Amino acid sequence: MTSLPIYKSFRHGVHPHEHKEATEHLPLQRMPFVERYVLPLGQQLGAPGKAMVRVGQDVTRGQMIAEPGGYVSVALHSPVAGRVVFIGQRRHPNGQLVAAIEIEADPYSSQQFVASPPPPVDAMDVSTFIQHVQRAGMVGLGGAAFPSHVKYKLPEGKRCEKLAINGCECEPYLTCDHRVMVERPAEVIRGVEILAAKLAAGGSWIGVEMNKPDGVESLRAHVRDGSRINVMPLAVKYPQGAEKMLIKAMFGQEVPAGKLPLDIGIVVNNVATMAALADYFDRGQPLIERAVTVAGPGVDRPANLIVPIGTPIREVLRFCGINRDTRQVIMGGPMMGMPLATLDAPVLKGTSGLLAFTEGAVNHPTEYECIRCGQCLEACGNFLNPSRLARLARAGRLDDLEANYVMDCMECGACTYTCPSGVPIVHLIRAGKLAIRHRKATKG
Amino acid sequence: MGGILTAIAIMTGLGVFFGVALAVANRYLKVQEDPRLDILEGMLPGSNCGACGQAGCRAFAEALLGGVTKPSKCTVSSPDGVASVAAFLGVDAGREEKRVARLHCAGGLGQARQIAEYEGHGSCAAAHLVGGGGKGCSWGCLGLADCAIACDFDAIHMNDQSLPVVDVDKCTACGDCVEACPRDLFDILPLSQKLIVQCKAPLEGEAARAVCQVACDACGRCAQDAAPGLIRMVNNLPVVDYSAGGPARPEATFRCPTGAIRWVEGGQFQTAQLVHLTIGEHGE
Repeated sequence: MTSLPIYKSFRHGVHPHEHKEATEHLPLQRMPFVERYVLPLGQQLGAPGKAMVRVGQDVTRGQMIAEPGGYVSVALHSPVAGRVVFIGQRRHPNGQLVAAIEIEADPYSSQQFVASPPPPVDAMDVSTFIQHVQRAGMVGLGGAAFPSHVKYKLPEGKRCEKLAINGCECEPYLTCDHRVMVERPAEVIRGVEILAAKLAAGGSWIGVEMNKPDGVESLRAHVRDGSRINVMPLAVKYPQGAEKMLIKAMFGQEVPAGKLPLDIGIVVNNVATMAALADYFDRGQPLIERAVTVAGPGVDRPANLIVPIGTPIREVLRFCGINRDTRQVIMGGPMMGMPLATLDAPVLKGTSGLLAFTEGAVNHPTEYECIRCGQCLEACGNFLNPSRLARLARAGRLDDLEANYVMDCMECGACTYTCPSGVPIVHLIRAGKLAIRHRKATKG
Repeated sequence: MGGILTAIAIMTGLGVFFGVALAVANRYLKVQEDPRLDILEGMLPGSNCGACGQAGCRAFAEALLGGVTKPSKCTVSSPDGVASVAAFLGVDAGREEKRVARLHCAGGLGQARQIAEYEGHGSCAAAHLVGGGGKGCSWGCLGLADCAIACDFDAIHMNDQSLPVVDVDKCTACGDCVEACPRDLFDILPLSQKLIVQCKAPLEGEAARAVCQVACDACGRCAQDAAPGLIRMVNNLPVVDYSAGGPARPEATFRCPTGAIRWVEGGQFQTAQLVHLTIGEHGE
């Protein structure tokens, strides 16, 4: 009798129902081109881009239409060949009106990506590489859309000892990273090789949760001997895909409060970002499309789609068929994703999933008093006291919030998930964090 | 037995030593404080609101004794209170222009377009994080009363359109609502400034009218009709600057197609009904 393997993980966390069975075996499928594309200039964390096209101008697929608006900012490219028809305010998925470029696809174009000669990656030095990554519009495709090149800029005297590649996909329902690992392992490994070489990383580890054994196998089959890339299976737990949790799970190291993984010599990236890097440095294709999981009880034909960035969400849902009783559509995963205020908003670089929920599946918890059961403390991967933070946030005690390390909260929502009293803990904490940032901004 | 005696001896010794040290310090290191400070502080309202620009009532009393400020800077005291402070100090009360909090939004439930339903935690700060509470306008009032809760003087009440109405008599211009609003819609303005722009959406034309009936659509008529320099269009919104130009007149607002700029006598939104606000449980 063989004993069951024990996979690595971190302490605390929760085990939400996975709901991945509907899409995890569906191959990636290309979403047909639609009439119009909306590209908000601020899709990434940091400064929005600066438009460099004008209304009426013809653009080709993959042409840069906005340049980075600062250091923490990336370029934006046209996902289709067509014509710029509007530059102005359009709805962002968060409901706000933001500056955006609207492009009408050319109905007679084949929409074939004309591969420009890829930049000679082996010959370039690190700073040129970082510029290329910024101009390719690369952001973390895991959901937060943090500009990738910022992570690759090692501070003076720091070394990248470990390159951690995140293939956890711990959010329920989402399977797009899973499919990328199964169907595009060569690109993922190629991306890791490029990045590890440029950062002079001591070694690379790809962490994959063990609800994706086929992902682990296909990646392992593509790792070349002696390349110092390890595929590391991990136990299934939420929020293992949060970078600090991933580092704890994989290396047993802890990132100090208020610090970044880079401070302990680790760079964390998503698997899909690696495949996108390989696409750029091998084929010259900037970030103009991404894999998106469309699932949930409100979707007739769940799918893993490759969607051009900027496709209106309404069109994606129409393609997959949406149930009439759908009451809520969430962008991202159900734990950290954001309910959409409007379907006219487009798919962004950070959109990992579109989940439609019918009335029965939408949770409207009644809020009761906190019963001091301590389940949220057991859930919090950062070892904070979520219940206390929520009460302090409700009372507006911002100094006490800061003293209780509220800024270290990664807003994963494990506390709210586990709360038997239905207290909207993470929402209160986020409001408290916003108030702290607002106070800092207004009081200087 | 010896141990306990040693302990008692040490504690007694320490007690005597510190007692003497404190007595000496009290005799030779005493800080002379103006005896009027305590009396003066007693005459002030004690709300520590900070509207006077000082860090609370005691700091204000110190500033008064130092002659740095005038009694009328306290906007919470009644005129009689200000007069008695002035009489007590034997100084001129000074004249302070009445200032109040003004809301730069008139897009209540009946005016602003709703695009979604917000079901989360009922505070503006929380709604601001999730799609802006379902209102189509990204700049307008969220209507969940963070300002009314922040107000220590019961001067802000929500009306039936879910807009905060400032009671100009009770408002002390302390600025708590300015800080509480996640969308920075409040401004502390002199009561004598009657031209008020009740919109903060930097949209133009049709785009503005699509989100709200009373949005400023940046037509610029108010700037043309007002005295030169009084109103400038900045970022698709009129900016009223009383120090810049000639007399302000209600005529500037007459041709406004949406009513985004108003001539306000007294409080804003006087025609709307106030509703009773129940404030949830607070504190730990």
